[in-house]
Amino acid sequence: MNKQKLMQAELILAGGRIIDPASKLDKVGDIYIGEGKILKIETKKLIPKKRSKFSAEMVDVHGKIVTPGLIDMHTHLREPGREDEETIFSGSSAAVAGGFSSICCMPNTEPPIDNQESVKFIYEKAKLARCKVYPVAGATKELKGDELTEIADLVKAGAVAISDDGKPIHNSAIMRYALEYTKMYDLPVLSHCEDLSLSSDGVMNEGYVSTILGLRGIPSIAEEVMVARDIKLAEFTRAKVHIAHVSTEGSVNLIREAKRKRVKITCEVTPHHFSLTDEVIKTFDTNAKVNPPLRTKKDIDALKKGLKDGTIDCIATDHAPHSIEEKDVEFDAATFGMVGLETALGLVITELIKKKILSWTEAIAKMTINPAKILKLNAGQIKVGMPADLTVIDPDISWVVDPKDFKSKSKNSPFGGKKLKGKVCFTIVDGKIVYQI
Amino acid sequence: MKLRSRHLLGLEGLLKEEIELILDTAETFKEILERPIKKVPTLRGVTVVNLFYEPSTRTRISFELAEKRLSAELVNFFASTSSVKKGETLKDTAKNIEAMKIDMVVVRHQSAGTPYFLSQCLNSSIINAGDGAHEHPTQGLLDLFTLREKYKKIEGLRVVIVGDIKYSRVARSNIWGLKTMGASVALCGPTTLMPYEIEKMGVEVYSNLNQALEGADVVNVLRIQLERQKGGLLPSLREYSNEFGINTERLRRLNPNFTIMHPGPINRGVEITPEVADGPYSVILDQVTNGVAIRMAVLFLLSGGEGKVE
Repeated sequence: MNKQKLMQAELILAGGRIIDPASKLDKVGDIYIGEGKILKIETKKLIPKKRSKFSAEMVDVHGKIVTPGLIDMHTHLREPGREDEETIFSGSSAAVAGGFSSICCMPNTEPPIDNQESVKFIYEKAKLARCKVYPVAGATKELKGDELTEIADLVKAGAVAISDDGKPIHNSAIMRYALEYTKMYDLPVLSHCEDLSLSSDGVMNEGYVSTILGLRGIPSIAEEVMVARDIKLAEFTRAKVHIAHVSTEGSVNLIREAKRKRVKITCEVTPHHFSLTDEVIKTFDTNAKVNPPLRTKKDIDALKKGLKDGTIDCIATDHAPHSIEEKDVEFDAATFGMVGLETALGLVITELIKKKILSWTEAIAKMTINPAKILKLNAGQIKVGMPADLTVIDPDISWVVDPKDFKSKSKNSPFGGKKLKGKVCFTIVDGKIVYQI
Repeated sequence: MKLRSRHLLGLEGLLKEEIELILDTAETFKEILERPIKKVPTLRGVTVVNLFYEPSTRTRISFELAEKRLSAELVNFFASTSSVKKGETLKDTAKNIEAMKIDMVVVRHQSAGTPYFLSQCLNSSIINAGDGAHEHPTQGLLDLFTLREKYKKIEGLRVVIVGDIKYSRVARSNIWGLKTMGASVALCGPTTLMPYEIEKMGVEVYSNLNQALEGADVVNVLRIQLERQKGGLLPSLREYSNEFGINTERLRRLNPNFTIMHPGPINRGVEITPEVADGPYSVILDQVTNGVAIRMAVLFLLSGGEGKVE
C-alpha cells in the first residue's frame, strides 16, 4: 500500500485494540479505511494520540475494542407480512445498534421466502437497510415440509442457506433430499430440531419448574431425537447441516460426538439459552416464552462447555420480534420468541467473556468469522481489501437493559432491568459509520 | 394477624400461620352456616366478579354461596356467554369488568398462571379458583380444613394422593398445603401421569397402589379423565381402574380411622368404587360443605378482614 493511497483514507480508527480471530490478531493499532474497504492495519507506527496529518476523519478508539463487524446468522425480520412487528429497515437499525454489520433473515415471513422473487424482494428492501441483510430461503414450498423449493433458483438469487426455519422437516426422506440437493451448491441446511409429537402443546422446558407451575412441558428429547436424526442424515448424505439454537446438554454431546466422527455439522447457540434458565418463568413472564425453551442450569453448563471446546461454532440471536398484543396475554396464549439483536453482545461479554468462559478472540470468532465461513459471506475478518465492516466496543461500560430504548419495533425481551457490561460504540458498514453510541 | 398478600394465587409460599389463620376463620364461618339464618353483613358493599373460563359446578356454586352469605354483591361471567368469542383478550375483558368498579375477582381458567397475570394487570384482589394444572388453592385449603376437623391436627398424617398427578391442580395445592402443615405426602399413579421430577417437592412417588396405601391415614382420590386414554397416556380406563382404582379390598392396608377424600366430580366405578365413595370413612360431602366456609374465610381475609368475625 503506497503512502499516497493511504493519504486517501476516508476514515481512520486510531488506537483501538484490534481483535481479528481469523488472523489471530490481538494488538493495539490503527485501521485505515477508504472506498468502503480496509486499506491498512497498522500495529507498529501508530498515529500519536490526538494528532493527525491525514485529511481523513479520525476516530479515536483508544481503550476500545475493534472487531470485525458482527454477523447474526439467525434473525427474524417480519417483512413481508408483519411490518407492525419489524421491517427490514427497523431490524437493520436494531442490528447496527447491537454491533451487527450483517444479518441473515429467516424465511418464515408471510408469505414465506420460498421462491426467487421473495429472495429478490429481500435484497431490494435491503438496499435501504443500515446493515447487510442476507436471506435464508425455505427448503420446502411454503415451509410445509412436503416438496423441495427451487433451491438452485434461490441460491442464484443470493440465498445464503436453506431452511424451513421454525418448522422442522418431520419427514426424514424430505430432509434427506433437502440435504442432498443443497449439497450441490455447497451450502448448509439450517435445521430447527424439534420432534413436534414430543413437544406437542408444550410451552416451556419440561422439568421441575414446569411441574410446579403446571405448564405443559417441552422435553429436552424433543430436540435431541431430531439432532440425532439430522446427524445420521448428514453423515449418510455427506451434506452440511447446521443445527440452529442448540439448547440442551444432550444436543451438545451428540454434536460433539458427530464432529469427532467428521460429520459436516455446525451449530449455534443463542445468548438467551446460555444466560437464562426456566426459573425465570416462575413469574409467568411471556417474554421468556421461547422455542426451544429456556432450559436448566445443567444445560447452560453444557452449552458453555460446548462453546469453550468448539463444539458450538456460532452465537446467533434468533431475534424474534412480537407485538405487545401477542405477548400481553396468558402464558399458554403467548407466541414463542424474543428479540435479541440489541442484547446479544452485552450478554456475550457479561456471561461469557467477563466470566472467563471464552476469551475475546474465541467469543468474537463465534460472531464473525465462524458464521461467515459457514455461509460463505465476504465478511467477518479485518483484512486489507475486505469490506470495512467493523464494530467498536467499549468493554467496560455498564448499562441496564430497557426495551423502550430498542431500535427494534418490538420490545419482547425478558432482559429488561438486567445490568450488562460492554456496549457498542460504533458500527461501521462498508466504511461508513452507521451507528454511533 | 393478616395475610401478607391481597391475592390468593396458590398455596405455594403461604406460611403455616397464614394457612392456620384461614382455617381458624373458616371454623367461625362454618358455625354461621349451621345457623337458621346463614347470612352475615361482613362484605356488604364489596363487589365480586366470578370469572369462569372453564366449566365448573361445585367450585362456582360454592364461591357464589360464600359471597352471598357474606352479603357481597356478585356478578357471574362465563366464557361461553361473553365477548371472548368475539376475540377480545382476557386482559381487555378483565379491565372492562374492572372499569365497572369491582373489588375482587374469582378466576377459573384453563391456562396455568392466568390468576397471576390478572394480578399484574388489575387492581382488584384475585382469587384463584383453579388455573390449568397449576393450583386450586381453595380446594387445597378445604381439604386441609376437613382433615383438621377430623384429626384435630394435620402434622404427622400420611396422605396418599392417587391418580392423574400430571394434570392435577388439586394435587399441587394439596402437596404445598400438606407439606407446610407437616403431613407426609405420597403420590401414586401411572408413570405416564407423574410429572417430571415431582419428587423434588418432597413427596414419595409410587406406581404400586398397594405399597403406597400401606400405613396411610388419608387417601385423596383424583378424577381420571377419558382424554388421557385418547392422548395415549393410558391404555384404557378399565386397566386404570384395575391398577389404581380404590376399592374396599385395598382399604385394609390403611391405618385405622382412615379417611377417603375426592375433590369431585366422581367417576363412580372408575377411580373409586361406589361402596368406598359412600362408606362411613368417606368425607367427600364434608369437603363440599367445608368448601363454602373456606371460601367465605378467604373472601373475608382478602378484603382486609382481620382475626375473628362476629
